[in-house]
Amino acid sequence: MIRCIRRCAALSLVLLLALAANAVRVMVVDAGSYARDPANRRIAIARYEHPRGGILVGGRSVTGSQDTGGQLAYARTYRDGPLYAPVTGFASQTYGTSLLEGTEDGLLSGTSSQLASVPLWNEITRDRQRPGDVHTTIDAAAQKAAYDGLDGRRGAVAAVDPATGRILALVSSPSYDPALLAGTGPAVTAQWQRLNDDPAQPMLDRAIRQTYPPGSAFKVVTAAAALETGAVTDLLAPTDSPDPYRLPGTTWSLTNEGRGCADASVYDAFRVSCNTVFAKLGADVGLTAMARQAEAFGFNDSGLRVPTVVAKSNFDTKMSPDQVALSSIGQFDTTATPLQMAMVAAAVGNGGELMTPYLVDRVTNHGGAVVSHTGPARLHRALGESTAEQLQQLMEAVVADGTGTNAAIPGAVVGGKTGTAQHGVGNKGTPYAWFISYAKPPGASRAAVAVAVVVEDAEAARADISGGGIAAPIARAVMRSVLAAPPRPYN
Amino acid sequence: MSATSADAPPPKAPPAAARPAAPPGSRRRGVELSLTVAAVLVSVYGYAEVGLATSGAVPRDAAGYGAGLALLAVLAHLAVRARAPYADPLLLPIAVLLNGFGLVLIYRLDLEPALGPRAAPTQLVWSTLGITLFVLVVLALDDHRMLARYSYLGATGALALMAAPIFFPAVNGAKIWIRAAGFSIQPGEFAKVLLAVFFAAYLSANRAALAYTGRQVFGLRRLQLPTGRVLGPVLAIWLLSVGLLVLERDLGTSLLYFGLFVVLLYVATGRTGWVAVGLLLSAAGAVAVGSLEPHVHSRVEDWLHPFASVDAGLGPGQLAQSLFAFGNGAVLGTGLGQGHSALIGFATKSDFILATAGEELGLAGLCALLALYALLVARGMRAGLALRDPFGRLLAVGLATILALQVFVITGGVTDLIPLTGMAMPFLAQGGSSVVTNWIIVALLIRVSDSARRPLPDLPEGAP
Repeated sequence: MIRCIRRCAALSLVLLLALAANAVRVMVVDAGSYARDPANRRIAIARYEHPRGGILVGGRSVTGSQDTGGQLAYARTYRDGPLYAPVTGFASQTYGTSLLEGTEDGLLSGTSSQLASVPLWNEITRDRQRPGDVHTTIDAAAQKAAYDGLDGRRGAVAAVDPATGRILALVSSPSYDPALLAGTGPAVTAQWQRLNDDPAQPMLDRAIRQTYPPGSAFKVVTAAAALETGAVTDLLAPTDSPDPYRLPGTTWSLTNEGRGCADASVYDAFRVSCNTVFAKLGADVGLTAMARQAEAFGFNDSGLRVPTVVAKSNFDTKMSPDQVALSSIGQFDTTATPLQMAMVAAAVGNGGELMTPYLVDRVTNHGGAVVSHTGPARLHRALGESTAEQLQQLMEAVVADGTGTNAAIPGAVVGGKTGTAQHGVGNKGTPYAWFISYAKPPGASRAAVAVAVVVEDAEAARADISGGGIAAPIARAVMRSVLAAPPRPYN
Repeated sequence: MSATSADAPPPKAPPAAARPAAPPGSRRRGVELSLTVAAVLVSVYGYAEVGLATSGAVPRDAAGYGAGLALLAVLAHLAVRARAPYADPLLLPIAVLLNGFGLVLIYRLDLEPALGPRAAPTQLVWSTLGITLFVLVVLALDDHRMLARYSYLGATGALALMAAPIFFPAVNGAKIWIRAAGFSIQPGEFAKVLLAVFFAAYLSANRAALAYTGRQVFGLRRLQLPTGRVLGPVLAIWLLSVGLLVLERDLGTSLLYFGLFVVLLYVATGRTGWVAVGLLLSAAGAVAVGSLEPHVHSRVEDWLHPFASVDAGLGPGQLAQSLFAFGNGAVLGTGLGQGHSALIGFATKSDFILATAGEELGLAGLCALLALYALLVARGMRAGLALRDPFGRLLAVGLATILALQVFVITGGVTDLIPLTGMAMPFLAQGGSSVVTNWIIVALLIRVSDSARRPLPDLPEGAP
């Protein structure tokens, strides 16, 4: 009996050891895979356990967090949601994140290792790191001016600081309030459905995610290619260009909206936006040089991150001469994001130097200490200094005495270019009114702001003037708001 | 650790001179008191910690809770001191600690509104009742051998208790509850003790017949099978277990009864053949029921594939949630009140209570809890070794086995070692019947350990 009791005790010990070994398996060996299992709700609970970090514009947070009282404690709130939606994107408990909320998620939610003050300490204490704040480069006044200028019409505005690449405004219209998607539940699902079904695509960030045919605004690039290659040396010399211009190798003739384009000088042709002159210039310069110049401005680059992904602006690299001619006036397959066209204006206004655009100035941890900082960085030299000066003459003439007079700002030097792009089958689609410009503060040689505005407007007459009529006033308002602000200290 | 003489009990009572009366210090009642106070303090600390972690303040009733628990524990201690002065000094502190900590866990889970109404106050009432019964048993039962006289009465009572829930509606798939006047009772819990007493009495009376009759297999005495006459009661118990399983759909309890019987049969007869027969019968029963009975079958499927429902897009099931909880605990745990074991949902406070302990106290805390149970079981076994009468030995081993099997079955179930069967973690889990029964088990262990450790009276010269 004694021996049997001892064996029972030994069996109990074996059972205990089996339990302990199995506990080690579950709690140590497999714990990592359980923690990563998407079905484990602890991931979501931990993520929303604390208020999310803020996205700041001009030192003021445009986001907040609100305790829902539910299992996922904190839901995102937005101040002026529709205004800043193209910058912030949304952070939803149901649908994940987009734009800055997505790219900076690790910092905003507190998981990023960048925030760890003492390595491994949080691993031991199991405290969750406090989230950081993301300080954007957005200029609140410029953003507001652009948003008010679009006034609900479909379109977008992108503005950058040419000297640094700081993005000052990113507006897309119509917009939406990302707060509608913040939480969970049927109301959120219904809003998501509504926003996705809306033909106006309010959740599309047109400023960086939509490409449009740039139309005549692309003539800046064509003029740059002509000057850089030496195809044009004297802006005032008449070009050998017929009106109408028959596209090479075709029987199709290109005409102009305005008059006086036959054999016009580049200066005049740019000022009144002659299609014939620039189509011929592009064809003369040739595909290789045109593509090289477009790429120097940032076209065909699918890797641009600001840090949100910017859609690739396109200039085809395999085309027949007639297609090159059409592409040179911003038609055929040439497409560009508003940010890309703002970069074109910025490179010209900055003496040919194209800075990398960026949206996040710095990230601070919960204590306010800077954990990462973005400085100005050169993307390309897009143009020679002298070419840039010549282009500035052309663009400033457009505003002084051409299609873009609506963009003039008293006391400041403004250079711009209008565009109206037809598109769709048989060019029956709603025309896009473009205006790209830069503005120099009084007495300065370099531009302080560059803007691109695109308005998808059924009201726009099929005239090149529409870019100046509809888009230019918006660009002016944005430029004025930037010039009116006191000089910003660089940090 | 004082039972060195008990480790090798002689076949006959030793000469009295070899066993002098123990000095007063060896009763170890002071050790018991200080450990019991420590157990109360640990529980109160846990209670305060939950409050601090969840609302930043010590719960207002922490002092009252501590005072109540301390009062009950001290009363229990005084009863032991008065009527079982030689009892094992570890049994009471371990029971107080487990019960107190169970209350802390239930109180902590009461803070999760998703888990339904508060359960800690009711559990406290049941614990009070349990400790009261503990005191009564210790005071009233002079000698455990008295129980053997009433074993058949007890067995009848056990059968009645086990059969009673058949006439009540099933709750969550198992017919093991009686609900009346707002209270729900699991009579099967009480039946455990009665069955242990009956098994111990029956086997100690019939062990010779069971051990030394019957035919041998392959001429091996070790594999000797019993004769049909004494096989009858074994088959009856087996049928009872399977019948319970089918009628009440309670795999855990039937496993417990049968395991208890096989263990006691083996201890009583020393025949490995009994173990073989028992294992064969239980394996056959388990396979048959596991494949035929849908409720049990689904438990087996869950055990083999705990994440099948996730893969099927239905979200994690209870067992998967339990594993997530244990995994989140890792080595040191999240800290009391910081885990999310409430995601398990139904039965978080009862069958799955260990998941909360695992998540919030980590592997370290879980192993500490298991060590407490192991100590309790070991102390029961040790009392069985030290006792001199077969009934007492079998009773002590039986009670320890009840605890060991329960801990193994439910811990193994919620950690996916074996198929999950509903069973209460002794003292920790919510459930009044279980807490009361466990206190009675501890009271009986106190009683038998007192007998085991009590020095023999001086025998007159020439006595047999």
